[in-house]
Amino acid sequence: MNYALLAENISHSFAGQQILDKVTLHVESGEIFGLLGPSGAGKTTLIKILTGQLAQNDGHAELLGKDTRKLSALEHRQTGTMMDNLGLYERLSVRNNLSFYADIYHISHSVIPEILKNIGLYEAGNTAVCKLSKGMKNRLSLARALMNNASILFLDEPTAGLDPVTTKEIHHMLLEQKKKGCTIFLTTHNMFEAQSLCDHVALLQKGQIIDGGIPSDICQKYNHLNRLKITLRNGEEIVLENGSAAAIPMKEYLEKDMIATIHSTEPTLETVFIELTGKGLNEHE
Amino acid sequence: MNMNNIVAIFKKQIRDTLKNKTIFIQFIMFPILTLIMCNTVKINEMPRNFFVNLFATMYIGMAPLTSMAAIISEEKEKNTLRVLMMSNVKPYEYLLGIGSYTWFACMIGAAIICIPGSYSPRERLVFLSIMATGILSSLLAGAAIGTFSKTQMMATSVTIPVMMVFSFLPMMSLFNDTIGKIAKITYTEQISQMLNHINSLPPRYSSIAIMAANILLFAALFTATYRKCGLE
Repeated sequence: MNYALLAENISHSFAGQQILDKVTLHVESGEIFGLLGPSGAGKTTLIKILTGQLAQNDGHAELLGKDTRKLSALEHRQTGTMMDNLGLYERLSVRNNLSFYADIYHISHSVIPEILKNIGLYEAGNTAVCKLSKGMKNRLSLARALMNNASILFLDEPTAGLDPVTTKEIHHMLLEQKKKGCTIFLTTHNMFEAQSLCDHVALLQKGQIIDGGIPSDICQKYNHLNRLKITLRNGEEIVLENGSAAAIPMKEYLEKDMIATIHSTEPTLETVFIELTGKGLNEHE
Repeated sequence: MNMNNIVAIFKKQIRDTLKNKTIFIQFIMFPILTLIMCNTVKINEMPRNFFVNLFATMYIGMAPLTSMAAIISEEKEKNTLRVLMMSNVKPYEYLLGIGSYTWFACMIGAAIICIPGSYSPRERLVFLSIMATGILSSLLAGAAIGTFSKTQMMATSVTIPVMMVFSFLPMMSLFNDTIGKIAKITYTEQISQMLNHINSLPPRYSSIAIMAANILLFAALFTATYRKCGLE
């Protein structure tokens, strides 16, 4: 298997506290992988290890087939990062922020206008970053991560605190990158984001991977109730066991055109996470 | 070492300083003050180049130290430094970029301070050489403070007392012998002495030894801080 990222039994502790405990995950090339977990679960530490910024105490990690403790300029040039706190130069203009990173990545400045058009910030090119909205800053930070045509992207909560329209725009940009073959490793609290974007997810809690796989498979795995929830046109809600016994009343409702909506009681990733940990994703460790 | 990264950081810092009033004022305050004082205050029996020497010493004790500490701590606080490190910029490339920029900016300030002084061309060269050495000492001290501090606020609270000691001790030593004895071990006092006796070169061995000891001390302090705190 061609893995863009690989972590085998990664453990890391700091000041006597175990941050990561035997974390194992594999990210295939060209997929979007979501790491889900509450604040303090160890997500950022894992990103730092996977990008070679931090050496793990134990275990083995590879980025693009190379040990993360021995990454060269070549691997770094193929990597784009967008951290939760963005790391933009607030006093510099949008254009100057990108110009600076163009110099760092050895890219011609002539690509900057096109990048700005792609992220919808062309008109704001000369505006200081401190005057941009959060959504615009996120788009700029993502553009910076994308500007060196990275083959793998690390995104730390790319849509945290954004409105639905901007979130959708960023999802669109990520899917475009995926189409180009880019591998995306993202951390998120947003269940909708994880379910709609990610090919695989891993649930991280207190430094341990507690489950992982394809989002819909995980939801099915914890679909203990397997029921159908029917809302009739008169507002009445009926819950039926999802099996042959439900066929007769369903047939009757359908024939009488009484059904307004039908939903399965399949859990969301959020409810799965709560079931596994007793805590929501937005709660701190 | 990637020179491209160092040059990019240097250029970025020029753009940033032009919009960062706090840092910009540090660079221009004493040069402007020197020009004003030298051109407006004329007192008989005032020592030769009194204001030039006074403000040059204060400039060395303040501008490089506060600028370096502020730049590094701000980049740490706002996580721009972490993104840079993730973009394959090595810590020493960053420090060289920022350090060379601050040194260069301060040398422009030193050159402006030198303008109203009554110096021969050779003395001007000596003046700038002394300033260059002093600025280097302050840069190392500022880098140590910036590396140690997690936030700008923390950097400021450490920088102010250090800056006050180095900037004002040479001036205070004029009025008190005990302070004068203590001040002798500081690089700013030695710079003040050298500037006051700019035509009696070479400087005394003791001055060179104290300057070297200060530079080594700050370098060691910076190394220890960097090893302990890193640039994160």
